[in-house]
Amino acid sequence: MGDPPTDPEPPSQPPSSRRSSQVSQRRGLELSRPQPAFPEEAEQIPLDPSILQSNRGILASQANLQGWSLGASPTQQENLTMFQAEEAQLGGVEYPSPNMGFPSELQPQLYLEEGGIQATQNAGLMLQQLRRGQSNLFQQLESAYLETQPDLLGQFNMYQRDDLQFSQHEPYLRDEPTLQFSPSEPGFTPFTLEVPEREPLELAVQNAKAYLLQTSVSCSLSLYEHLANLLTKILDQRPEDPLSILESLNRTTQREWCHPKLDTLRDDPEMQPTYEMADRQKALFLRSGGGEGQQEMEEEVAETAVPNVMETAFYLEQAGVGLSSDESFRIFLALKQLVEQQPIHTCRFWGKILGLSRSYLVAEVSFREGEEEEGEEEAEEMMEGGEGMDAPDEEEGEEDEEKDTDIIPKPMWKPPPVIPREESRSGTNKYLYFVCTEPGRPWTRLPHVTPVQIVQARKIKKFFTGFLDAPVVSYPPFPGNEANYLRAQIARISAATHISPLGFYQFGEEEGDEEEEGGAGRDSYEENPDFEGIPVLELVDSTANWVHHAQHILPQGRCTWVNPLQKIEEEEELGEEEEKADEGMEGVEQEVGPPLLTPLSEDAEIMHMSPWTTRLSCSLCPQYSVAVVRSNLWPGAYAYASGKIWCEVHTHSTFHLDAMFSSEVLDLGFGFHHIYS
Amino acid sequence: MGASVRPSFSEGLGGEQGWPEALRGRGPQAVSGILTALRRAGLWSPRRQLLLATWQALSRALGTMDAESLLLSLELASGSGQGLSPDRRASLLTSLPLVKRDYRYDRVLFWGRILGLVADYYIAQGLSEDQLAPRKTLYSLNCMEWSLLPPATEEMMAQTSVVKGRFMGDPSHEYEHTELQKINEGGKVFEEEVVVQIKEETRLVSIIDQIDKAVAIIPRGALFKTPFGPIHVNRTFEGLSLSEAKKLSSYFHFREPVQLKNKTLLEKADLDPSLDFMDSLEHDIPKGSWSIQMERGNALVVLRSLLWPGLTFFHAPRTKNCGYIYVGTG
Repeated sequence: MGDPPTDPEPPSQPPSSRRSSQVSQRRGLELSRPQPAFPEEAEQIPLDPSILQSNRGILASQANLQGWSLGASPTQQENLTMFQAEEAQLGGVEYPSPNMGFPSELQPQLYLEEGGIQATQNAGLMLQQLRRGQSNLFQQLESAYLETQPDLLGQFNMYQRDDLQFSQHEPYLRDEPTLQFSPSEPGFTPFTLEVPEREPLELAVQNAKAYLLQTSVSCSLSLYEHLANLLTKILDQRPEDPLSILESLNRTTQREWCHPKLDTLRDDPEMQPTYEMADRQKALFLRSGGGEGQQEMEEEVAETAVPNVMETAFYLEQAGVGLSSDESFRIFLALKQLVEQQPIHTCRFWGKILGLSRSYLVAEVSFREGEEEEGEEEAEEMMEGGEGMDAPDEEEGEEDEEKDTDIIPKPMWKPPPVIPREESRSGTNKYLYFVCTEPGRPWTRLPHVTPVQIVQARKIKKFFTGFLDAPVVSYPPFPGNEANYLRAQIARISAATHISPLGFYQFGEEEGDEEEEGGAGRDSYEENPDFEGIPVLELVDSTANWVHHAQHILPQGRCTWVNPLQKIEEEEELGEEEEKADEGMEGVEQEVGPPLLTPLSEDAEIMHMSPWTTRLSCSLCPQYSVAVVRSNLWPGAYAYASGKIWCEVHTHSTFHLDAMFSSEVLDLGFGFHHIYS
Repeated sequence: MGASVRPSFSEGLGGEQGWPEALRGRGPQAVSGILTALRRAGLWSPRRQLLLATWQALSRALGTMDAESLLLSLELASGSGQGLSPDRRASLLTSLPLVKRDYRYDRVLFWGRILGLVADYYIAQGLSEDQLAPRKTLYSLNCMEWSLLPPATEEMMAQTSVVKGRFMGDPSHEYEHTELQKINEGGKVFEEEVVVQIKEETRLVSIIDQIDKAVAIIPRGALFKTPFGPIHVNRTFEGLSLSEAKKLSSYFHFREPVQLKNKTLLEKADLDPSLDFMDSLEHDIPKGSWSIQMERGNALVVLRSLLWPGLTFFHAPRTKNCGYIYVGTG
């Protein structure tokens, strides 16, 4: 154990000759790896520069160790080759192995000091290595090289170990720490001076590679290729902390290689709806018809009914409400398309109503004078036809009853008289509403609303599914389908939340109206040409500066009151009904609502809070901000005003806050009949 | 307009990594739409650098309104009609990184906005390394000065469940609630009306906690669990495919799992333990409390909760963009 170190002879000649023979063999194998490529091998990053440094150190110190240094580099390259093939299993061997042999070998002083740390078996090895001319290493006592020098030795160690293991018929070098760190194993026989021949080692490498190149059953990819792909991907993309995402990367690489995405013949079926929608919206962007450019421009520059949606959207964005700008632009184009298709006098974007599977974009329009919609007449005919059908049913019922011996008592209940709906262009039916689900799709007209529908709509709370012909299943039963329910809600919201700054609208100059209409109020207004905007701060301070400009809907469901019993007397029904009418004449009171243009401050409070919230859009720059009014009754109704500009919009899923606020969540549960597909 | 903007934009980006990932899976209309939107919002020329930084950060965008991807997230979630005004957006972009620095959070997310009568609360949440750890909630009235809220406790929830009505908007506002309490006095038991004061801050905390527990969602695969315990953002998450995006089972509640243990062994065998460690939305009660919609053709999937109206979750399939925001009355 305490063998004195021999004199540093230059016995490098024999080993160098050996080395050169190896070199000649190995040169074929990727010998000329460029030096900078070394650091790329991740596991050798700490080693390589230091090995190189140590190499150069060796070169510098001993000129006559040329063969040595030559031998060093190819062996290093051999290492690298083996590393490539066997995925650093050998590299792993390199690390710890030198540690044992190092101190005793490089520094004889240290060796002597540390004494019995190292194994006797290693001593022989050290002697041999010393004799091989590593005397130069003695001169390098800097601690910086302590870890690196052993690598060179480690290579030798490894080769030695190769022989050992070969002798044990194990072609692979396993990264077992026990092999390196327990040099005192009895089975650890000393090494021969001769480095074994290359063929067994090469054979081992080739066996390993062949094993890795086996293609797996499920995929035509071998582990070797997969690992190569994985490493290539990591090195290309350089993710941070690759170790923690190794499994995900593995899975991704596997997926990528086994399922190629490109398919030039077939379109991607999943993207089909996107492309369809894009096509449809593209039609919006193109100008309709060929036409001469200039004439069309002139026509368009003239006044159109299409509102300036972008301006509205800008102001609403200041208020923190609204759809994104590109959506607003598409809505603008859709409105333009609507104006071209229908004879429209005025048009306004009312808002958006969210539904379960689709949403509605609502446009409020009024047709030009004289353009009475044909659809309306058809609807009236259908209604009359329906009533005609009812009458024969009743007669048949009566006949049956006469035949029965047991006369079933007739129910005393008569359905309440049907209140006629308001004429178009007046009251709740002042405007027509068109809906579409997305800009680019065709606009559908909503039917007029009847008072019954409004009354029933007040009692139920249902989500919209997005399909206009969906039935509305509820209790109390709603007469109509989703289109009617939507229209009724729109009517209620409009009546409650159409507001404008005080003074913008004024009444026409007709003074005798109040008496004639029995106090029902005026129902028309016109713009005030002398309107000068109210300062924004005043608009925010008090709600008295805002007025309703839509008629309030009476409990009856109409804006102007109609005595239902008078209608019955005019119609000629069965005699019984006349009698009933006389009996039922219970002094129906006229319903009165607040007149038009009443300020907001007179709105009834709900649950101890005012129904409107006013705010400045931006407190940091009050001179340019916009006054925003938000309804607490209909969440989602907003109006803004700034100077002479004002507007309102509604975006909501239509929930009316009423006294049942606390049970709102329960109502949601009740209303869940529409399960979206 | 779209054609003229696009080449200069991509030149500016210089083909950085964030660009293809963020826009993959979206139709050309949506892309030009986004660019148009950015240009129209006036964000283009003066804030080009900020935009570039945002696009670069998109490859890391995940979760509720990450401060880095705030602009894009707001754009995508705007379908519900509620958004933020430009001055609020600017304040958020400025103040959220400061919050991150001051409180040493790993990520700061903008949670949403609770509308009050007098003022609105803007809520942000700070996350640590472990994504499922309890989050710190901050609120602000003007998006500039943020105050930390105490964590929610059971007691708070019980206390505030009696308060109804809208939020006032004033954090020091106190709700009065009269209770009948039995008081023992010398052998006699009689009931007395006691007025309990509940602060609005407490109510805010419990509402945010309820909303988070009930409807905060995240797509499957966005987070993964390591064997050591902590849950990390999955950086290789490439987004859900379109068929997956339409199914409720591909979204998880962003909270500790409650129903996972009740699953049968057969169901558990199909799960991947590193990805499926949270409850999915499939078995939510009440049934049908989620509305799934595809916008812009199939380029964006939006989930809206019907239980807490105002919560919008968006996800662009096949991309990393996803997030949720709550704008409502609480």
